[in-house]
Amino acid sequence: MTPQTPQEPVLVIEDLAVQYRTPTGVVDAVRTVSLRIERGEKVAIVGESGSGKSTTAHAVVQLLAPAARIARGSIRFGGIDLVHASRGELRAIRGRRIGLVPQDPTVSLNPVTRIGTQVAEVLVIHGLADRRTAAAAAVEALRRAGLPDPELHARQFPHELSGGMRQRVLIAIAIIAGPELIIADEPTSALDVTIQRQILDHIDELAAETGTSVLLITHDLGIAADRADRIIVMNQGVIVEEGTPAEVLGAPKHPYTQALIRAAPSLNALGDVERVLDRLPKETRVRVFGGRAGDPFTVRDRSKGPLATDPSGATDESPARTVLVAENLVKDFALPHGGGVAHAVANVSFAVPRGQTFALVGESGSGKTTTARLALRLDDVTSGRVLFDGRDVTDARGRELRDLRRRIQVVHQNPYASLNPRLSIRAIISDPLVAYGLGDRTERRTRAAELVDVVALPSSVLDRRPAELSGGQRQRVAIARALALNPELLVLDEPVSALDVSIQAQILGLLASLQDSLGLSYLFISHDLAVVRQIAHRVGVMRLGELVEVGDVGTVFADPQHEYTRALLDAIPGAGAPVVQPG
Amino acid sequence: MTDTTALAAESARASTGRGTAHDDTFATTSADRFADAAASREAGSIVEEPSAPTAADGRTGRVRRLLATGVQHPGTVLAAVWIVLVLVSTVAPGLFTSQDPLVGVPAEKLTGPSPAHWLGTDQLGRDLYTRVVFGSALTLQAALIAVGIGLAVGSVLGLLAGFVGRWVDDVVMRIADVLLAIPSLLLSLALITVLGFGTVNVAIAVGLGSVATVSRIMRSEVIRVRNAVYIEAAFASGNRWSRVLFRHVLPNSAGPVLVLAALEFGTAILAVSALSFLGYGAQPPAPEWGSLIATGRNFLTTAWWLTTLPGVVIALTVLSANALSRALDSEGRRVR
Amino acid sequence: MSRYIALRLLQAIGVLWAAYTVSFLVLYALPGDPARLLAGPDATDVTAAQLDTLRAQFGLDKPLVVQYIEHLGALLRGDLGTSLPTGRPVAELIGEAIPSTLQIAALGLLLAVLVGGGLALAATFTRHRGLGQLLLALPPIGVAVPGFWFALLLIQWFSFGIPLFPAVGNQGFASVVLPAITLALPTGATIAQLLSKSLVTTLREPYIDTAWAKGAGPGRVHLRHALRNAALPALTVTGLIVGQLLSGTVVTETVFSRPGLGRVTATAVAQQDIPVVQGIVLFAAAVFVVTNLLVDLVYPLLDPRIVIRKRRLPRVRVAATAGASR
Repeated sequence: MTPQTPQEPVLVIEDLAVQYRTPTGVVDAVRTVSLRIERGEKVAIVGESGSGKSTTAHAVVQLLAPAARIARGSIRFGGIDLVHASRGELRAIRGRRIGLVPQDPTVSLNPVTRIGTQVAEVLVIHGLADRRTAAAAAVEALRRAGLPDPELHARQFPHELSGGMRQRVLIAIAIIAGPELIIADEPTSALDVTIQRQILDHIDELAAETGTSVLLITHDLGIAADRADRIIVMNQGVIVEEGTPAEVLGAPKHPYTQALIRAAPSLNALGDVERVLDRLPKETRVRVFGGRAGDPFTVRDRSKGPLATDPSGATDESPARTVLVAENLVKDFALPHGGGVAHAVANVSFAVPRGQTFALVGESGSGKTTTARLALRLDDVTSGRVLFDGRDVTDARGRELRDLRRRIQVVHQNPYASLNPRLSIRAIISDPLVAYGLGDRTERRTRAAELVDVVALPSSVLDRRPAELSGGQRQRVAIARALALNPELLVLDEPVSALDVSIQAQILGLLASLQDSLGLSYLFISHDLAVVRQIAHRVGVMRLGELVEVGDVGTVFADPQHEYTRALLDAIPGAGAPVVQPG
Repeated sequence: MTDTTALAAESARASTGRGTAHDDTFATTSADRFADAAASREAGSIVEEPSAPTAADGRTGRVRRLLATGVQHPGTVLAAVWIVLVLVSTVAPGLFTSQDPLVGVPAEKLTGPSPAHWLGTDQLGRDLYTRVVFGSALTLQAALIAVGIGLAVGSVLGLLAGFVGRWVDDVVMRIADVLLAIPSLLLSLALITVLGFGTVNVAIAVGLGSVATVSRIMRSEVIRVRNAVYIEAAFASGNRWSRVLFRHVLPNSAGPVLVLAALEFGTAILAVSALSFLGYGAQPPAPEWGSLIATGRNFLTTAWWLTTLPGVVIALTVLSANALSRALDSEGRRVR
Repeated sequence: MSRYIALRLLQAIGVLWAAYTVSFLVLYALPGDPARLLAGPDATDVTAAQLDTLRAQFGLDKPLVVQYIEHLGALLRGDLGTSLPTGRPVAELIGEAIPSTLQIAALGLLLAVLVGGGLALAATFTRHRGLGQLLLALPPIGVAVPGFWFALLLIQWFSFGIPLFPAVGNQGFASVVLPAITLALPTGATIAQLLSKSLVTTLREPYIDTAWAKGAGPGRVHLRHALRNAALPALTVTGLIVGQLLSGTVVTETVFSRPGLGRVTATAVAQQDIPVVQGIVLFAAAVFVVTNLLVDLVYPLLDPRIVIRKRRLPRVRVAATAGASR
């Protein structure tokens, strides 16, 4: 070890470039990255998928994927160039002087080894303690990482702990040897928002206590703004902007940063989405969506239907104003091995207003997706009623159910899984039409082309397979498929949660402008309150199968009644960020 | 047996190993998004969504990719060429040799490999190369019958179990469990005991012996596809179950069946030749790969080529079939 | 726990009963005349009266259901029936053959685990890419080689070429070596394939990155973290591997002219000796069931995620990953 003056930075990266070998060629993941982290400083690298932020972080500890290669540059840490360091030197630094908090706590602990042993292993590896003192130190580290009952949990195995608890274990592993630098690689992106916040708070406290430097990798500008002393924005393998949160968020210079801030739902104080598309031209609307609901090829009766609906004078519960009503929905699941029943959904009632968006918000296990499946009739209710367009469809079967499906369509959460990989985009979009035997071949081809146009994809995608499209493009295809039958209600099951923020904003914009143009009603499922604020008119907050609060979006966000809603709202990162709304 | 049974066990695991997926799609799809970003980077453009699609273009792209794959994996190409040659020799052995497999020249008996007799001659002076070429017909026909029976019965059972589920699944899989408890070679031997000797009986016995494994793999494959989100999407689009089955489930399960067929083909060749070696298959003087080696066994000390060289042919064929199976498998995984 | 064991024992007996039923259906109920088979393959001039006598002698004139129940009853008393050509009890024939087979099977299994497991470890451990690829190319070859041919090559090289081991017979340890190697080849190759694939997958798991990030060396990462997790799936196919060894003895013992279960099987099939064939099938099923029972009992000790609970008939052991994240 070289003696260091206090002024010397902990980490200096100069002109780093990392390449990946892929089956089709070499990809520059990181092109030219130079950065430094001072002692006790917290630096956040923000970027979207493929920006090179994680690759940069992994290059520091030299734990890159086998296909990656450092093309040039240096990474100096404590007087050693890590790029050219020997394996022995690296081993002495990893865990001892640089701690790593990984992305996904649920898979980052060895499943067959006890928690305590895994934490103590760091000390054993570096010869800092013998077996017995290491075990005691592990319990202490777990306590410092904020794990309740550390003595008990140290004797348990990873699968017995929740995701949040496991992340605390990983934090304990990172801090136990008292490192000079902690690298946290998206430490909370796999966790629920409320837990996210606790974990990040705790990392902050620990770093402040010990004067440890932190390199935080995140895709969420809000998190970076809340937590870091300095923000570095990366895009396409290069640093595009660098500065304090006030500088970066308050006066972004680079167009990419500006776009990112505009797209970030959590920073969007106006609570609205940018309608990236103009309202569809009238002739397109009439031509593509002029047909009857559920049967696009009929010439519509122009005086009726969602486009011309005038809700004034109708009562709240009437079909003219609400398209879907759920009354006291209950769904029980039998627990395996005769363990009784669990309420996945308990007594949930709500109504989806016609031409508007009703959002169900909740964390994992809250029952929001199950509720949506019940409303869609993909699952059967244990008790309760579902009314669609004023008609009781709770027990609809066979033909009736198929007729219902024509008017309610779904967009699934994960566009990487929801499209049949064997079919062309054209076949995927016309699949619902074929399923109902609507139109002839030419009509269906025309409609597929029109729909692709409506969701703003180039017509060249029609002959491609899903694998050739990016995630955002695939989600547009899924939306086009959902629109094919001219439905009245779309159930959107976390339609943007698999996408990067800038793509998220585009898809949300598309959905909002479609609603404006076509008078569609949405049932929108999400875990992200910030997204809900942008798109929904009414919102229901779910927790453990119960609906704890329902109301207009403005009211709920301004004056939450339930403490759980308040906790969720507080957990939205970026609340205190000094954002100047551009434009 | 080896490769397929292992695969069966593995797929059994895979089908129950579900449910470890976590809720956060952002985390689970991060690799997908990274691939997107890498692909768009490669295309050389700063991509704004929606942009020009990223991967190589349509059909020409697929052909080009296939050729590129061939260049990258010369072993797979060699394996394919070998299998094609062997298959051709079963229908047109005359293309490869002009000699007679049954008539020998006594004066030339037990001579080693030479330009005149590439693989040497046997105890009656018959050309071993010719006998191997003609022998491929019996061995491969038996193997193909076995694969046909195994795949037909096994995949229908697996399909029923996987797609219908409920009690059908329970019944089929319990039977498969019991059949798997009996090593497939012993099961084949039991069947031969009843059916009697001969190439066709050996083929039937080997085919029936593989039914349990095939049905198990097929079932887990169908369940994998059936649980896919795009199948739920197909139901939500209003598709009837029959259309879901034929339009969405079957095409996506077909690739793995091909993989399995290639693998079973190799396994069946091994089983058929082993049973022939033991004397339950083709009877002399008919040339058959296993019985060629059985005959050569009597001349182990004097004529090494009689056992060694036909064995090399068997091993190469099985190796090629397995290699093709693996190549199809990894290609299929890439597409998924 | 004891209730669990009792339950699993019951299930094991259930599988054995089902295996008996399957073998009975195959051997007695398939179209064909068991009596003619009983008369022997060479008996071409038997009269109808002689066949009737045979049927009466072996109870074949009774309805199938009665035969089935009678055989099952005998089986419960430990009576596997009588070999037709020799007239000796099947149980005795099998019992006599076990020790010799056990010798080569045990050594074969040991070799297979050591060499196969070692190969998989070495292939994933080496930093030399070329060497790793080369090692990984070996198991597919081992799986593709016909066992009987490999046995003959061994004899050619190590009995006739360099006279190290006897080519045939059952005298002392030297005679065990070549048959054991023959048995170990496909088994070891299977183990190597399974384990190396499992190791490669495991080494890509995020928790392996966690171990590297702790500063662990390659030895600790591979042996302490990867191997144990990777070996668990391989353990689930123990039953199949043992079954493979057992069926490998048919060819091996024939080539090396060794007495044992394989030879008994080969002879019984050649003589269409149905009771012996059925006895062997039941024995193999019993070995499979007992092996799986042992694996099932040991597995929860090695994988804390598996909680002992009610299970239906034992399948090819399945590692249910119960580590869901809620």
